[in-house]
Order: sequence, then C-alpha cells, then structure tokens
Amino acid sequence: MSERYLPGGRPPGPPEEGIWSYAITESDRVSAANGAPDLSWLIGVGGAQVRAITCSGLAVLVSDVSLAEFGETALREHLEDLEWLDEVARLHHNVVETAGRLFPLLPVRLATVYSGAAALCAALADHHDELLDALRRVGGRVEWGVKAYAAAEQAEATGGPAAGKPGSGLAYLQRRRDQLAAGREARAAAVSGARAVHAGLAGKAAAAVVRPPQSAQLSKVRLPMLLNAAYLLDASDGTSFTAAVAAEATAHPELRIELTGPWPPYSFAGGDDDGR
Amino acid sequence: MTISGPQPGTGATQRGLAGGGRSSTNLGDILERVLDKGLVIAGDIQVNLLDIELLTIKLRLVIASLDTAREVGINWWETDPWLNADAGRQAVRSKRGDGDGRELEDGVQELKDELGRLRGRIRELESGQ
Repeated sequence: MSERYLPGGRPPGPPEEGIWSYAITESDRVSAANGAPDLSWLIGVGGAQVRAITCSGLAVLVSDVSLAEFGETALREHLEDLEWLDEVARLHHNVVETAGRLFPLLPVRLATVYSGAAALCAALADHHDELLDALRRVGGRVEWGVKAYAAAEQAEATGGPAAGKPGSGLAYLQRRRDQLAAGREARAAAVSGARAVHAGLAGKAAAAVVRPPQSAQLSKVRLPMLLNAAYLLDASDGTSFTAAVAAEATAHPELRIELTGPWPPYSFAGGDDDGR
Repeated sequence: MTISGPQPGTGATQRGLAGGGRSSTNLGDILERVLDKGLVIAGDIQVNLLDIELLTIKLRLVIASLDTAREVGINWWETDPWLNADAGRQAVRSKRGDGDGRELEDGVQELKDELGRLRGRIRELESGQ
C-alpha cells in the first residue's frame, strides 16, 4: 500500500485522502505468488497509480484521491460538470477495461470512495458471498453494446424528394400529410424491427439488458434511437455474436445498427440484474 | 459494425469493433455503464450520493430521448416485462411493479412532473453559471 505519486501527479496534499475503487477480483489474481500482473503503470483518476487492496479473499483495484476534489462535497459539484465527468469517467473506465483484459473482474460503479482500507475491507466483508457469486457469473465474460436507430428519419426530416417545389397550398398540405403518414409507417416498421433484433440477439447471449435510449447530445446521432441494449457473452463467442449482429443489420434495412465492445461486464455486475 | 443509413459522417467513430477504451468512444456509452451500472457497494465517503445527485445526470442523458420516444410510442422498453423487467424499473422509477395499468399511469405522470422540475433545474444551472 504505497503512497507514491507520479511526477507531475497530484501532490499528497493536506491530510484528506480517500480511496477510489475501480474493480473487484479474486485475490489470487493479483497475488505475487501467482505471477500477478504489474498494475503500477496504470494511472487512475486524479493521476495516482492504481494498486490492489486485498482482504477476505478478494482484491479491489484502487487509487488514492484527494478529498478536496473527490470528497462528498466536491463530487456533488463536479458530477454536474459534464467536462469533468467526461474525463473522470474515461479514466475510471480505462482502468477497468485494461485490468479486465488481464483477469476476470467486476466493475465498480463510478465515485465509490472510501476513507481508508479498513472501511473498504468492511464493505467487502459485508458483501463477500454476493461478490464471489457475481464474479463466477460474469467474471471473464464481456458485454457487447447494440444500438438501433430508425434509418428512415432522415428522409422525412429533409422533406423528401418533392420538398421545396412551389405549388398550391393544398398540394403542399397533401404532400406534407403523405410524408408524415409515410414517416409514421416507417417508424412503426423500425420499432418492430428493433424488437426483433433484440429478441434474436438476446437468444444468443447469457444475459441481456435493455436501457432507455441515449440523448442525441451524447450519442451524437440525430436519428431516433429505438434500441439501446447490452448482451453478456463468453469472450470466445465474440466472432459468432458480431456475425449475428451483422446478419440482423442485413435483415433490417429499416434500422441503422451500431455495435460497441467488447466491454467489461458493467451492465451485469450488479446484484439486481436477473439476467434476462 | 455500423450499417449506416443515409446519414453521412456519423458512423465513423463506431465503424469497426471499437474497443471500449478508445477516446472516440461515445461518452454516453461510457456514462451509462460507469454511472448507471457497475457493482454497487456503498463507499463510506459519499453516502447516498449515487441515489440522489446522479439522478440529475441520468436524466440529462436520457431526457431528450425519453420525450421523443413517448411522442412516437417507442417507449416499449419501459413496459414490456418480457423484454426486460429491469429496464422498466429504471425508466419508470415510480412504477410499483404490480402491473396495474392505473398505477403505471400515475407513475408515468409522477415521473413526467419530476422530469419537468429537474429539467427546469438543469436549465437554471446551465444558464446561471
């Protein structure tokens, strides 16, 4: 449990420090006896080195944070700042993802901060069985993210081929009405397509989770998002799953389908996911 | 693996099997995972922070889409227990889970009211600072 800081990193600052946690794994995975991977080159939020704290047969990847920036009061303010959140979320995710390539782990939710190793170990002891259970269930598996957008929205938004032509008011209204009706039909087809895609993919996964669609501000896509789902798969099933996604995309030209991953199994680490 | 529609340019960052850690990864993809999901073991520093404060952020992530989705009737993930009960619990926090239509309606209304209040607060925060 060293207190080293990288050159250029945040200095140890006034007494107030906390421990930021990233992920949980079995303690064997990081014990020196088993040729543990060197984590010291991993840099976490606030610029501090990542290390492992081991207790109750479990190990938690953590780094030290200044409570001036990551304490309760500061977090309340910072978490409302999208730029700050962007940076911290990416740093947190980078540690989880990189470590996740080295050994099976459970990602810990952002901004889980402890006052010290004792508090952390107490929390681990409270959830020991549940954590081991979750590690067995999702550890070593990956999640793939699939989003489906209605591909037809664009044509409607730009007014279709007849847009801009002069004509009588009545002709315009009729044309507009037809466009809107066509848009509604296209959307209905896209919605049922999205359901079909999800049903098909969920059948190939160990578990599936559907989330509300993302706002266009963050997705950077203006098309309506009809499906935002995550699927849990064995790491070795990546090839067949991505092929299945490609097949769904071909079968559903009314949708634009995006695939991301493989991700650490974020969406399946929580205890309240019933796995479909 | 983008199968793109007729919209140029937007698929670039997602084309291919983008690793989750690439800097081009969509912030929404990361946030919904690290904030909304991931193991919950309460830290002793910020008690209840996740339950209360992050609600504002979560709403910010989905707020626009939820409104649009309701308008066009594509909020199916909220109410289809066959597809995902958990999604329903998240999207409609007030839903009690007994499947009663009336109560669901009430829950949706409550949520709408809450959305309105929080959206107002977001606007205040955005315009004020």
